[in-house]
Amino acid sequence: MSVSTTLAPDDEYLLTRETPVQRRRVRAAWLFLTPMLLCLALVAAWPLLRTFWFSLTDASLADTGDATFVGLSNYLFHSSAGWSGLLADPQWWNAVRNTLHFTVVSVGLEIVLGLLVALLLNVQFGGRALVRALILIPWAIPTIVSAKIWSWMLNDQFGIINHLMLGLGLIDAPLAWTADADLSMWAVIIVDVWKTVPFVTLLMLAALQMLPSDCYEAARVDGIHPVKVFWRVTLPLLMPALLVAAIFRILDSLRVFDVIYVLTSNSSSTMSMSVYARQHLVEFQDVGYGSAASTLLFLVVAVIAMVYLYLGRRQLEVRS
Amino acid sequence: MSPRLLKKNLLRLGFWCLIGILLVYAVFPFYYAIVTSLKPSSALFQVSYWIDNPDFSNYAAVLNQASFLRAIGNSLVVALCVVTLALFLSLTAAYALGRVKFRGRGTVLMMVLGVSMFPQVAVLSGLFEVIRALGLYNTSWALILSYTIFTLPFTVWVLTTFMGQLPHELEEAAIMDGASPWVTLTRVLLPLLWPALVTTGLLAFIAAWNEFLFALTFTLTDSQRTVPVAIALISGGSPHELPWGLLMAASVLVTVPLVILVLIFQRRIVSGLTAGALKG
Repeated sequence: MSVSTTLAPDDEYLLTRETPVQRRRVRAAWLFLTPMLLCLALVAAWPLLRTFWFSLTDASLADTGDATFVGLSNYLFHSSAGWSGLLADPQWWNAVRNTLHFTVVSVGLEIVLGLLVALLLNVQFGGRALVRALILIPWAIPTIVSAKIWSWMLNDQFGIINHLMLGLGLIDAPLAWTADADLSMWAVIIVDVWKTVPFVTLLMLAALQMLPSDCYEAARVDGIHPVKVFWRVTLPLLMPALLVAAIFRILDSLRVFDVIYVLTSNSSSTMSMSVYARQHLVEFQDVGYGSAASTLLFLVVAVIAMVYLYLGRRQLEVRS
Repeated sequence: MSPRLLKKNLLRLGFWCLIGILLVYAVFPFYYAIVTSLKPSSALFQVSYWIDNPDFSNYAAVLNQASFLRAIGNSLVVALCVVTLALFLSLTAAYALGRVKFRGRGTVLMMVLGVSMFPQVAVLSGLFEVIRALGLYNTSWALILSYTIFTLPFTVWVLTTFMGQLPHELEEAAIMDGASPWVTLTRVLLPLLWPALVTTGLLAFIAAWNEFLFALTFTLTDSQRTVPVAIALISGGSPHELPWGLLMAASVLVTVPLVILVLIFQRRIVSGLTAGALKG
């Protein structure tokens, strides 16, 4: 699920003096937080630490308790046979490349399309509410289902996309969208973009509706061309919202799993870091090696998230 | 027609064309799934854009599969339990985070936000061990527990935002009357929070209903599968002959309730998804 919140609610009204009532409230606050914190410790913090630990062992899925420490050899190991381990595995680097390729192209497309659709829906017209509701449909459809629907539409023999493109004379022979190594990444991107443009659109639309209208009044009075207004006024004002949307989409795309797993299975031309890690963890039962891959993915995501949180905090400080 | 009027009409025409393209792009795939699901298997491989002779044999076949009905039941149980658990845990947490000022508040909020950015696969092996140690492997409880990792951060954040927006006079009056924080939360604030609870509950429900990776990994037998896994695992004689009609009927069945919910609660969903995001 995408979380889209950068700021805590303001707390100016809260008491600042230390009083008995205040002390009791703080105690109650920690009591109220405890169940949630315990739950997150059980399902997030502890499992994450165990994953880090497993990545330094030769654990197998059959019995994760029976693991011996092997140092960093899951990551990189030198023996008489040469280098081995994750960092020497061309398959891993292929998964990293695929994930980055997927992230850059799909997030780029989502931001551009999301912005364009939001601009379109920002115009007042009859039936706008209905259109806005209808474009939410792709977002509501489970990823597995949309991947299945698209793999039927992209079917090489009977798919409607090939049928349509043949009919329009765009191609001479049916394309094997999900099987062809050059096309399958595009198929994955098409499905992902279709599903997530509504989310970006909603964020952009909400941001557009909060823009100060006096800037536009002034621009209209001065007779400035709308395109120029967009580049000079709208886009700079939208930048913060655009960045929030981009960060959330980037973090989501780096961990992509469902759509690739269903659309192209374990094919190496689309395998992402998550698919690679799960394949080693579950299918090859090699928890040590798979955890090493998960750990690296976590580190990449963590660095990006930290940069984002740091920037968000800075923004918070500047504002207050 | 004057050139000016012509230009205006052309612009209007272009605008409606764009809206039309947008609608086709957004809605057509789901529509095409419905078209496919209503075809008998003999007509499946003939591409058609309209429903001409609706044939419900695919739906009959899907609904006759005990394992598919089981999967729907499992998904419902899991999603409803996750929503209840997440809302309860996040309601108390949001009270603490949204209405009380205390040292460490910012850190807790940042931690919660951090968890929401976790790649799920990063906790997969550790969570697998926890679930096996608790004896929950291949049960719905495994999923209910693990789904809190992505629902809780979200519900906590959104509810904290809503909680902070409630007028404080109410709470001050309750404190003056000597009400405990629990009473303040359940008797004074909760009645005002229903809209926010519906929104966050709905979003958590959709997320739990759609989840795939944990469901695929933590359940093993058909009787414990949830809907996304059941659909992903529908297969035919060979990888090249999937029962597409059946698959599309199953897809439509599990998606229609979501689409209806989204259309009804569109405004609420939008406010939940964008809550707080753009206030900064």
